Amino acid sequence: MPDPEILIRAQGLTKRFGQFTAVDGIDFELRRGEAFGFLGPNGAGKSSTMRMIGCVSPPSGGELTILGLDPVTDGAAIRARLGVVPQEDTLDVELTVRENLLVYGRYFGLARAVIAERSSRLLDFVQLSERADDHVEPLSGGMKRRLTIARSLINEPEILILDEPTTGLDPQARHVVWDRLFRLKQQGVTLILTTHYMDEAEQLCDRLVVMDGGKIAAEGSPRELIDTYSSREVLELRFSTFEHDQAAEKLAAVPAERAEVLADRVLLYVSDGDAAMASVRGLGLEPLTSLVRRSSLEDVFLRLTGRRLEDG
Amino acid sequence: MTVPALRISRSQPGPAVAGPWQMAVRAFQSWLVNYRRTWRGTIYSSVLMPVVYLGAMGLGLGTLVNQHGTAGLGGVSYLDFLAPGLMAATAMQTAVGESLYPVFSAVKWQRTYQAAAATPLTPGDIFRGHLLFTTMRLAMNMVVFLAIMAAFGAVRSAWVVAAVPVALLTGLAFATPLDAFAVTRKNNDQSFNVIFRFGMIPLFLFSGTFFPVTQLPGWIRPVAYATPLWHGVALCRALSLGSADLVGSLGHIAYLSAITILGLIAGERAYRRRLHV
Repeated sequence: MPDPEILIRAQGLTKRFGQFTAVDGIDFELRRGEAFGFLGPNGAGKSSTMRMIGCVSPPSGGELTILGLDPVTDGAAIRARLGVVPQEDTLDVELTVRENLLVYGRYFGLARAVIAERSSRLLDFVQLSERADDHVEPLSGGMKRRLTIARSLINEPEILILDEPTTGLDPQARHVVWDRLFRLKQQGVTLILTTHYMDEAEQLCDRLVVMDGGKIAAEGSPRELIDTYSSREVLELRFSTFEHDQAAEKLAAVPAERAEVLADRVLLYVSDGDAAMASVRGLGLEPLTSLVRRSSLEDVFLRLTGRRLEDG
Repeated sequence: MTVPALRISRSQPGPAVAGPWQMAVRAFQSWLVNYRRTWRGTIYSSVLMPVVYLGAMGLGLGTLVNQHGTAGLGGVSYLDFLAPGLMAATAMQTAVGESLYPVFSAVKWQRTYQAAAATPLTPGDIFRGHLLFTTMRLAMNMVVFLAIMAAFGAVRSAWVVAAVPVALLTGLAFATPLDAFAVTRKNNDQSFNVIFRFGMIPLFLFSGTFFPVTQLPGWIRPVAYATPLWHGVALCRALSLGSADLVGSLGHIAYLSAITILGLIAGERAYRRRLHV
């Protein structure tokens, strides 16, 4: 008896393009009402996974069940119950904001009156009511993203799929999008999203998987992942270019759970950052800048993969 | 700023997934919404083109042709000879215009095909929806053409009415394979220009529209007979002149239908491979 609270179940899910394996046997479950994230750099296989879930990319192997259905045989029926915010905008820029919603709603077989009523509500929600009858072309990137989100909700989907929802937006526009997504989450919409921004994952996701090279490296809530894979605090030290290598060697004497030597900084993973800073000074080292901060998902990713998120 | 809460009602009026042609109609409607914006311009060109060609070639050049005797044309005036052939050629041009760049734009530039593919529509629905729009545009242009042809007095038989669906079928014999080709293009390479310059223009000039194919050198005539346009031109002309016979007509229709059906099969496959990767 399948659990009705599990909306998506993937086991050994694989996607190959010729010789290249984009998604390499991943397992995960999406539960009703949660916000579930795939965190990883570009090329980790996140988008390929989203496209399989969106039933526009047949899996090459493994099992995938969405809303209790098989995406290969019931793709259209599943897509009717999904909302999709793709990575690149697919709006019809020659139409108006409202016309975009009309066309999209018709794809789902919705009556014009239903689309009109929902459009007004959704445009209020994404703060685009004043632009309803304007063409899409001149809208800002943030507005287009918000319109895409409104469009994805026209069929009142059971699962909302967001592939890199804020990539390419300026910080202010990102915060507006996050705010809208957070409200959707509060209203009980099930979200599944990909991101390579750790702050996005921390803000929005109840649970996430860290993905790298087509595989899942770790899974848990942001807090659990940080507790498991990182220390309580991080001491970030920056030295002058001449001293960097020498200082990094000397820092081995500082008691730390772990140290990461990056090209421009040294990160010391410690439970007490200030105490660690005192021992750094005790060694006679004086960094140009120093910063004590809490561990983040970025540190988890670095620990799991040896690379930084933005490196890709 | 106050933000009204989003109500998720979970009501689902009407089935989200229906039969394949109902789904195609949904895709077709998206083209209609776009066409509401551009139809005026297309009407001007669909009226102007036949008037210019029938005036300049049919009447102007026709005066010269007729002076030299029209036995080579089957004893009819050059205008009467030209008009139905031009009707079929116009169908080809309309079909090419609605296929290559609109398809490429929808799959590459605007990605509206990808937007539609995320909904209950299948790639096949998206393909057939586009074809429905192409069919509508062909029907509009052919009816306009027939009216202008009649106004020029270039109609000799009531059977000319049957030339409208024949020209439409000629158009579809071009639209279906060209849609299938255009949707596979990854980049804006020169292939469309090659099709325009070395495909469409030679067909337009040498498929019997302006002069009988029998005037061509013998070795190249089989090429002309193999092109869909020649079949469309020959049948439209026979209908307009009232000289169509049943067997010949069915042969032309069978040929044009076969190419259209092959194009439909290729298109279903090409759209699926591009949109469901």
